[in-house]
Amino acid sequence: MKRLLLAVLAVFSLAAAPAGAEDRFITLASTTSTEQSGLFGHLLPLFKAETGIEVRVVAVGTGQALKLGERGDADALLVHDRAGEDKFVAEGFGLDRRDVMYNDFVVVGPSADPAGVKGGKDAAEAFKKIAAAKAPFASRGDDSGTHRSELRLWKKAGVDVKAGGEWYRELGSGMGPTLNTAAGMNAYALADRGTWASFKNRQSLAIVVEGDRALFNPYGSILVNPEKHKAVKAADSKAWHLWLSGPKGQAAIAAFKIGGEQLFFGDAR
Amino acid sequence: MSDLSQALSLALELVVTLDPQMLGIVRLSVLVSGSAVLLAALIGLPLGAVLALSAFPGRGALVVMLNAFMGLPPVVVGLGVYLLLSRAGPLGEAGLLFTPAAMVVAQTLLVLPIVAALSRQVVADLWEEYGEQLRSLGVSGLGRMATLLWDGRFSLLTAVLAGFGRAAAEVGAVMIVGGNIKGVTRTMTTTIALETSKGDLALALGLGLILIALVTGVNAAVFLVGQWARRRMG
Amino acid sequence: MRAPDTILPLELERVGFAVGGRPLLDDITLRLEAGVRTIILGPNGAGKSLLLRLCHGLLAPSDGSVRWHGAMAGEPVRRRQAMVFQRPVLLRRSAVANVRYVLALGGVPWRRRGALAMEALERFGLAALAQRPARVLSGGEQQRLALARAWAAGPDVLFLDEPTSALDPAAALSVEMAVQEFHASGTKIVMTTHDLGQARRLADEVVFLSRGRLVELAPAVEFFKGPASPQARAFLAGELVC
Repeated sequence: MKRLLLAVLAVFSLAAAPAGAEDRFITLASTTSTEQSGLFGHLLPLFKAETGIEVRVVAVGTGQALKLGERGDADALLVHDRAGEDKFVAEGFGLDRRDVMYNDFVVVGPSADPAGVKGGKDAAEAFKKIAAAKAPFASRGDDSGTHRSELRLWKKAGVDVKAGGEWYRELGSGMGPTLNTAAGMNAYALADRGTWASFKNRQSLAIVVEGDRALFNPYGSILVNPEKHKAVKAADSKAWHLWLSGPKGQAAIAAFKIGGEQLFFGDAR
Repeated sequence: MSDLSQALSLALELVVTLDPQMLGIVRLSVLVSGSAVLLAALIGLPLGAVLALSAFPGRGALVVMLNAFMGLPPVVVGLGVYLLLSRAGPLGEAGLLFTPAAMVVAQTLLVLPIVAALSRQVVADLWEEYGEQLRSLGVSGLGRMATLLWDGRFSLLTAVLAGFGRAAAEVGAVMIVGGNIKGVTRTMTTTIALETSKGDLALALGLGLILIALVTGVNAAVFLVGQWARRRMG
Repeated sequence: MRAPDTILPLELERVGFAVGGRPLLDDITLRLEAGVRTIILGPNGAGKSLLLRLCHGLLAPSDGSVRWHGAMAGEPVRRRQAMVFQRPVLLRRSAVANVRYVLALGGVPWRRRGALAMEALERFGLAALAQRPARVLSGGEQQRLALARAWAAGPDVLFLDEPTSALDPAAALSVEMAVQEFHASGTKIVMTTHDLGQARRLADEVVFLSRGRLVELAPAVEFFKGPASPQARAFLAGELVC
């Protein structure tokens, strides 16, 4: 039965094979924030020119990216949730987690600023005020790295959003859709700077809090353990992993700018 | 309204300048949905005919299931196919996840119930008219299927088109099994979803307009051919 | 063993047909011989079409038996009968392709189908319309095409169910002539009709039904001169019988 299904699938792949499907490539599971900032559009051609390896990016939330790695559907990960990453490695799914780069989160909100948090430097403090004012807040609610960071901030602010209330809205969507929604309902939101910088539908949204240490957003690169899944492309994904955390990758990250502003800062050691 | 007019002019610009990236995306969309519809027709037309013409235990249940599956959420189909094709899944060794082939598989499953259920209806209606004559001529089961499928070809084309419309318009399944990889599995609908999430509503809407124009064009062409053929063949 | 030259005679023995316990045909016993044109007459609802379908095998009797030449049955018998319906069901393809379809069913080799199909069309005056889509022909032309299709099958028996009731007089006449062609070539004719004039012109023998029962089976000459039953007399006199 399985053999038959595989044979059928072979026909499918013939029917839909794009020209040059036998190219050398790896699959990288990463986050919507990196994809949507345009960073990959800048990095990947450089890497391909140097190594001949194409990197195919599947952009999902960090939670789903880790899941893809667990199932062996990606060869490498570039994600931002330190706790989740460490767990992923500890459970044997990943190898050699490295710091690669960081950017930071910003708190954005409507220009009317009903919670009065504009210009603040303390994110937790701002969150406290938003909760006290019951000003609408749009949460990713999708178990992504950004969502996990947001939950840590609420915890720090001493606000129980589970008990939340009408003002706290869990959207269950990516960064972009969340910003679209926040713009539409004049809500506050936590966003990564990369997505925010390239986001076009801001309406009345603007940055209200930035520069807090607590808004630090580090990204890590992890190799998927080939011992768990034979089909993982160990050698090519390692080449990517080393390039990204090496001097050339770090320089490329530093060179990526939107509107003259550097969005990601290499911090590989 | 400025978004809308901006979208219109963007769509026009993309079309007029034959933007190569857009062409690639359109080509992939047409290729994937077209192959899916072709495969679904190859399976669904005979399946519909069998369901219309033969009695066997469980046939009623199968018909109800097909009709219900016409409304299957694409995300669910995508998830099912993902679990099958995942390297950790039963068919992982085919290595099809995040390829156009995986998208074709998912869309075929999505379209198959539509094609099969509608062609069952078409063939059953034709049998009302043809039944006695074909039995009088002593046409066998297989011959009946072939004859009715061929004589119902204009109505069946509509069924196949309905399938194409659904395949071309869905985003849930191709997003999951294709991964929306730039230049590899990025279709019109996943691009629209992506541009929407980047807040570039005008570009998203522009692409949407192109998609609508494409589907409308295909439908119009088939409609005209059908009209002409119907008038000719009676 | 060689197949017999004809599947006739057809014998019906105590045939009944009921739907939901209501008998529509009851206790019909008759024998139809080769070479004779049999016309089935009777008022509306007498069961004429039903009887034709039972003979042809489109319906199975609820009682009694329908037997061809002793005990022949199945595919060989089916292939040697044809039926023309009140409204012909033609396939959505050209006239000649409709005939070729039947030839293919009969196992005629591909190379010979074209010539045989044209021959059949010519015989019924349709040669000029060969490439026309069958569905856009006029009513009379369609019925003649149905006859040409039956001709191509070369049947021993041709059943016709009110073949002219939807046609104008000229078209009806051309169908009658076609029926005569079949008869002349040795095909047994079994036909129902409403048209007494047509019955007089075509019949060698008459089967008269009333209320689902066989009332008379007589040579046409005798039947039209002096029917034995009061129902048939009333029917011929144009009275309402049921």
